[in-house]
Amino acid sequence: MPPALIVKQLRSQFAGPFELNLGGGECASITGPSGSGKSLFLRMLADLDPNEGEVWLNGRERASMPAPEWRRRATYVSAESGWWADTVIEHFPPQRRKEVGPLSTLLGLRADLLEAPVAQLSTGEKQRLALVRALLPNPPVLLLDEPTGPLDEVSVTQVEALLRQRMAGGTAILLVTHDPNQAVRLGHQRYRMMAGHLEAA
Amino acid sequence: MTPILLTPFDISMAASLIVLDAVLSILLKIRLHRQLTIAAARMVLQLVAIGYVLKFIFSLNNPPATLLLVLVMVLVAAREVAARPERRFKGYSNLLIGFVSVGFATFVTAILALTTAIRPQPWFDPHYAIPLAGIILGNVLNSASLSLDTLLGSVRRERPAIEARLALGDSYREAIAPLVREAIRRGLLPIINQMSAAGIVTLPGIMTGQILAGLDPLEAVKYQILLMFLLSGGSGLSALAVSYLAAWRLTDERQRLRLDRLQ
Repeated sequence: MPPALIVKQLRSQFAGPFELNLGGGECASITGPSGSGKSLFLRMLADLDPNEGEVWLNGRERASMPAPEWRRRATYVSAESGWWADTVIEHFPPQRRKEVGPLSTLLGLRADLLEAPVAQLSTGEKQRLALVRALLPNPPVLLLDEPTGPLDEVSVTQVEALLRQRMAGGTAILLVTHDPNQAVRLGHQRYRMMAGHLEAA
Repeated sequence: MTPILLTPFDISMAASLIVLDAVLSILLKIRLHRQLTIAAARMVLQLVAIGYVLKFIFSLNNPPATLLLVLVMVLVAAREVAARPERRFKGYSNLLIGFVSVGFATFVTAILALTTAIRPQPWFDPHYAIPLAGIILGNVLNSASLSLDTLLGSVRRERPAIEARLALGDSYREAIAPLVREAIRRGLLPIINQMSAAGIVTLPGIMTGQILAGLDPLEAVKYQILLMFLLSGGSGLSALAVSYLAAWRLTDERQRLRLDRLQ
């Protein structure tokens, strides 16, 4: 399969330059010490931090589209989830709320959580719901920053199964993880971030 | 009724109250007597100086001179708006945002009042223009700094929420809107409180001053009502301008949240 995501000379004053070719349905896993620039790399790809260089997706350079449109195609899920309304369900677009339940169940989340105030959720529940929120519109590229960091073993298996299912459907995934076994389990390409530079692992 | 003019003797009688404060401070070891004396001396000097400046400007009766004095007042107010918030922009952005929003709100409200409501001849008569600009500035300054402080404080706290929305493809406008609304709301609260309390809890300053100066209470009340309307208009405009300018300064052409522009 020809590469879907092509990263050329992507850099900022803190990290890079990065080069990457990732096909649709593939996962690139990135491990490395804290502070080495893993999150920075994902944030640069999502265009959330100032950066230079090119990122192509299926033959279109991201500068050719408005930033929100790009972020809907390459969706970043941060390690610390963010919430702006009181209850969980308010964080999902009204026209897609019916799909939230089935997707959440796949990740072992109880249906009544959706009506709960965000403040009552555990870190792990918030993390999985943030993933559901990002997966719902089915973006072609997922930029996942430690999606299973705070989760127990059962939940990790459920999340990985869902990610594999999305990859089978053609989604490309960049996965930052602290778990070397997960990096091996999911990564078609494996990298290690060292002081702002990507090395093959 | 003509105003009762104060003599230096009258004022020195009142100054004895400052001495009383100082004696209390020494007796009770509050250790404020130095500060108190300095503040009182500063106040006298500043007010006498501005009295002479006003007398001079009034005697010139020259529009550019009036404008210059008002601009200096706006600049001082802008500095205050820039310096008060706990979080600030790097460089001169705070000052610039303060100057534009305070200046805009003050000029719009003052000119509106001078040309449509008070209508002195000519409308830029410094006897009216300068005191009016001063009163509006005081309020506008307060609203603008409250709004700016609220916005810059909350944007850092709400960073994960704002960036989560951006990452999902919301526009910066949508993501920052709740914070802008809250900032404007905070800027408008003081004037709402002032209007609610006027005449019951407090006798507003302008009205009191005019009554002391011999004006009929009902005429003084009319002036005060007009002023309250002006002040709420000025507060609203400055809160709006400062919040939108700061929100705009916190983003860039790719709709990022640029917290790196804060200190």
